[in-house]
Amino acid sequence: MAKNSAKDIEVKAFATHHVITQPNPLRKVLRRVEAKDMDDPVGRAEQALAGLSGEFTDWMASEVDRLSAAWAAIQQDGFDDDRRGELFRAAHDIKGDAATFGFPSAAVIAESLCRVIEHAPDLAKVPAELFSHHINAITAIVHENTKLDSLTVSSELSRRLRKVADEYLAHVNRDRPEHLEAILAPSIVPGE
Amino acid sequence: MFRIDFNKLRFLVCDDNPHMRRILRTLLHSFGAREVYEAEDGATALEMYSHYVPDIVITDWAMPIFDGLELAQMIRQPESKGNPYAPIIMLTGHSEKRRVTIARDAGVTEFLAKPISAKGLYQRILNVVANPRPFIKTKTYFGPDRRRNINSAYMGPERRVGEKHEVLQQPSLLDKARSSI
Repeated sequence: MAKNSAKDIEVKAFATHHVITQPNPLRKVLRRVEAKDMDDPVGRAEQALAGLSGEFTDWMASEVDRLSAAWAAIQQDGFDDDRRGELFRAAHDIKGDAATFGFPSAAVIAESLCRVIEHAPDLAKVPAELFSHHINAITAIVHENTKLDSLTVSSELSRRLRKVADEYLAHVNRDRPEHLEAILAPSIVPGE
Repeated sequence: MFRIDFNKLRFLVCDDNPHMRRILRTLLHSFGAREVYEAEDGATALEMYSHYVPDIVITDWAMPIFDGLELAQMIRQPESKGNPYAPIIMLTGHSEKRRVTIARDAGVTEFLAKPISAKGLYQRILNVVANPRPFIKTKTYFGPDRRRNINSAYMGPERRVGEKHEVLQQPSLLDKARSSI
């Protein structure tokens, strides 16, 4: 790949900071082309992703198994940093992946579960049902996908779980303004 | 119109989830990339970063032991042997404002929230290739300029001070990185 030598890199020194500029080291991978010669890399990638979709249900099932195993370990031995981390990562992966795999409601429920894990002041005091209802709902949506075939059912389930979780978090964080602010703050990340 | 020659780019992908690595690999290969290196944790990614000297890093945030944020902080070490300037795209399920701010302050170049899309990934790559930002070094920060736009209507205190500047020779960080492999 293109690279810059030291003499190409310029440093402007100010009182409080330096501004470092260099010729774009990746400039050589950019080519100006006529519109008629422009291919469609995004369309090609979307097609390739669609080609993987036959595997998504199995992938989702393995994500759910991982989440269930993480919760089972906590039920057996209680929370510690490792078990909390594994439960959070399992839920967080579902939050990020489930919509891609065709289970958007599972993603919403997993996000709600992540918020409980992240913002509850003492996980040992969180009612176990709050965890198990989230995990059971994700499991049902994934494993019983064809039976819960109404999008409305899974959407309503995710909406209600999120409401219950948010009410719980607002209550237990009523004296923790920084958490309360994070709980109430909307997502601002640009999707695309 | 601009087209990216993906076959000239070297990517490093870091995600502990094998499904997401497969999806990223599929997307990047579909764009035309040939060199896609994969790591399943931050520590391995850092080793691969030094060894392969990728042009672009795509990393998850939440990973066990050594996460994507720490990986970004390790890469953005101005005095390190490696290349501290490579674009870092953070691809994560985190989608809260404070997370975006934390990632930005760790030197992440672009932030892409999951669920992933081909269009979103392509746009982030196009942005780091076509519109690189200068790097800023302060006592507490080293990374791409966090000010993406100049706000001419800004009325608050000026946090960056100093007017006259001198041009300094930059230590050959890139050359050292490239020649060390």
